[in-house]
Amino acid sequence: MIDLVAFIPRAVGQSIPLLFGCTGEIVTEKSGNLNLGIPGVMYVGGICGVIGAFAYEQATKDTGMVGILAIGIPLLCSLIGSLLMGLLYCFLTVTLRANQNVTGLAMTTFGVGFGNFFGGSLIKLSGSDVPTIALSRTSAYFSRSLPFAGNLGWFGKIFLSYGFLAYLAIAVAVYAGFMLKKTRMGLHLRAVGENPATADAAGINVTVYKYMATCIGCMIAGLGGLYYVMDYASGIWSNDAFGDRGWLAIALVIFCIWKPGLGILASILFGGLYIIYLYIPAGMDHMELKELYKMIPYVVTLVVLVVTSMRNKKDNRPPASLGIPYFRENR
Amino acid sequence: MNENELPATDKGSGEVGLKNSAMPSEEYAIELKGITKRFGEVVANDNVSMGVKKGEILALLGENGSGKTTLMNMISGIYYPDEGQIFIDGKEVRITSPRDALSLGIGMVHQHFKLVDVLTAVENVVLGLPGKLNLKEAEAKIREICDRYGFVVDPNKKVYDMNVSEKQTVEIVKVLYRGVNILILDEPTAVLTPQEAERLFRVMWRMRNDGKSLIIITHKMHEVKEISDRVVVLRKGQYIGEMNTEDSDIQEMTNMMVGRSVTLNIERKTPVNPMPRIEIEHLTILDEDGVPKIQDVSFTARSGEILGIAGISGCGQKELLEAIAGLQKIESGHIYYVEEDGTKTDLVNLSPLKIIQKGVALSFVPEDRLGMGLVGTMNIPDNMMLRSFRDGLLFTHRKEPRKLAETVVEDLSVVTPGMSVPVKNLSGGNVQKVLVGREIASNPKVLLTAYAVRGLDINSSYTIYDLINKQKEAGSAVIYVGEDLDVLLELSDRILVLCGGKVSGLVDGPGADKNEVGLMMMSVEGKEVEKRN
Repeated sequence: MIDLVAFIPRAVGQSIPLLFGCTGEIVTEKSGNLNLGIPGVMYVGGICGVIGAFAYEQATKDTGMVGILAIGIPLLCSLIGSLLMGLLYCFLTVTLRANQNVTGLAMTTFGVGFGNFFGGSLIKLSGSDVPTIALSRTSAYFSRSLPFAGNLGWFGKIFLSYGFLAYLAIAVAVYAGFMLKKTRMGLHLRAVGENPATADAAGINVTVYKYMATCIGCMIAGLGGLYYVMDYASGIWSNDAFGDRGWLAIALVIFCIWKPGLGILASILFGGLYIIYLYIPAGMDHMELKELYKMIPYVVTLVVLVVTSMRNKKDNRPPASLGIPYFRENR
Repeated sequence: MNENELPATDKGSGEVGLKNSAMPSEEYAIELKGITKRFGEVVANDNVSMGVKKGEILALLGENGSGKTTLMNMISGIYYPDEGQIFIDGKEVRITSPRDALSLGIGMVHQHFKLVDVLTAVENVVLGLPGKLNLKEAEAKIREICDRYGFVVDPNKKVYDMNVSEKQTVEIVKVLYRGVNILILDEPTAVLTPQEAERLFRVMWRMRNDGKSLIIITHKMHEVKEISDRVVVLRKGQYIGEMNTEDSDIQEMTNMMVGRSVTLNIERKTPVNPMPRIEIEHLTILDEDGVPKIQDVSFTARSGEILGIAGISGCGQKELLEAIAGLQKIESGHIYYVEEDGTKTDLVNLSPLKIIQKGVALSFVPEDRLGMGLVGTMNIPDNMMLRSFRDGLLFTHRKEPRKLAETVVEDLSVVTPGMSVPVKNLSGGNVQKVLVGREIASNPKVLLTAYAVRGLDINSSYTIYDLINKQKEAGSAVIYVGEDLDVLLELSDRILVLCGGKVSGLVDGPGADKNEVGLMMMSVEGKEVEKRN
């Protein structure tokens, strides 16, 4: 039997980067931009945070850190890094109308390389023996949970044991759902993604909406990278450790049919599947089973993609103009 | 369908009320002076001056490419004029975006609806407006507008569940909601049944009596005669002249439009020795949801005869033609191809290629014009090759398609900057000529044609009608699906009326009554059919 009280917090921790990525990609896709650069953006978000934290830790080696700066500097660096990625993507696909798939894939390759390059440089700079950078002082600020959480037994463990970024992820997802459904901004954004020509004729500035949605989406996704390093991995950056979570986040978007609220549940489910192999007892004789269990999230993703493609209710379809650049004078 | 019928007197009062009496004010609601617009070398509008009065319906006439739509796009803010001035209520204005146009009280209902499918009517109506989103309030205001002008629309219905007429209503409500005083309608009746068009006209009269100015673009001359107060004619981007509708007739308007005298009669020769060519028995086709699109349809198409198919859009014409061409999955029934000597082949299980080799040609002009039949990014000769690319052993033959392309361009006077231009860059009418020209060039035994003149001006349309008639005389069995009921009645030897996928009547072309056919389009054996796309 799986120990739920131990398993659920691990699953949630695992799910938060996915949730950030998923919410960011939903907001982006609602504007009609299929940003396959999200995995790269999450790497950039992570490494920029690491750079900021590293610089601040170096500067305060002797004096001690100020809480607000220890959190604020990496957070700001991460946001700026992913914002720049978003601007690059928009400039290429919206202003220059380049192919979105090619641009996105190139950005993922670039983002992963960017992360590993600067990660490698920092590891050299810090002169550590292992190929990692440990930012445990910064991480302590990021992963600090409510002081009384420890006193509340299983309830505290399951619901209150996370750093502030985890709650931020859920708040952002809830707000994104509300924004898309209930506000005029959300209505306009949906219109831009569904039918930009109509939105344009109605006086909505399609370019501004696409830029804003994509850049904000990238910033949200970048926080996923930051959370992974600073909270989940306890401040330890090693190259390629973030893995393919970015792709899972994109698959999640389809799984939760472009609804950020559903994305919260879906990402926790995926987070659980991602680590379930650690909790299924396999015994020492059958190590190969563990490798099979590691496949579960990807198998589920494949199944989910097949199932969701068969749905034909119009409300559950992707935004109609997803992946198509908009040009007013095009016929 | 009829719940929105207004009392008959309403139409009368509208017509008499303003058409003959003096206008409340002679001043123009909108006036254009010396408008010129160039696209590169092409002059789309050349020094055009015109105006629309308050409480007036103005019809803008002109052939394809005469610059009507460009001119209207400048009023509605999609283009900006290179030269000239626009005055609203006597004051000069600059209109640089659709938003500017709306804030000046100008709204346009485009030929292709600008609606977001997955949103409801209300959401579509408030799209683009500033302020906090309050759908309840918007809904109330929409109901008020509907009551005032006699629309029927469910504000909370999603657009993808609506039929064409409802979508158009939403479009009109959308502009009225913004407090529009000048309303431009680009070919509003192209997709409506005669009854729906009548209802639209009544709404337009009500708006006019309300003091609003309306500009209508249409290619259907009898509608111009019926609805407009005044007519402005454009030709090759230039203002040619204007007239009061009641002082003029269709012939005069057409001559002015074309620039020379044209005959507007469609010749209908009696079919010579018609023989059954296509026999359809109990054909049923289901759509992807399992809903019947064609239900138990049986008829015969004969050689040397034009069989017209009448029906509102989405009643199964497309599926029927595609089934004959082998492009549809058939649930049950038979489609027999009858050879000259009387042998029958069932086309149901043949591949489209085999069907083409039997001499069945499909020329289907979909709403976006390029979807079937032509490849937009290829040039005219390459598109001609889509029919002949199998010839040749290792390499395709290029000379013949090129020759054919030149013939089509010359015979149908296709306007193109050159042979190597991708067809998507041609104007809609010219794209159609290329498609129809290619299909006819293969001398088909059966010619299936749908919406061949969709959006074409009167002159090009008659060229196409002539071509179709020539095919008929050459002994083809022609199946013609068209939108303009008047033309369908004039052209067809027999008319098959479809309604909701069923045959609701088969009438002889000569002597067929438009109203009778219109009613058959709406009902099978007197029963109303509600469901349609």
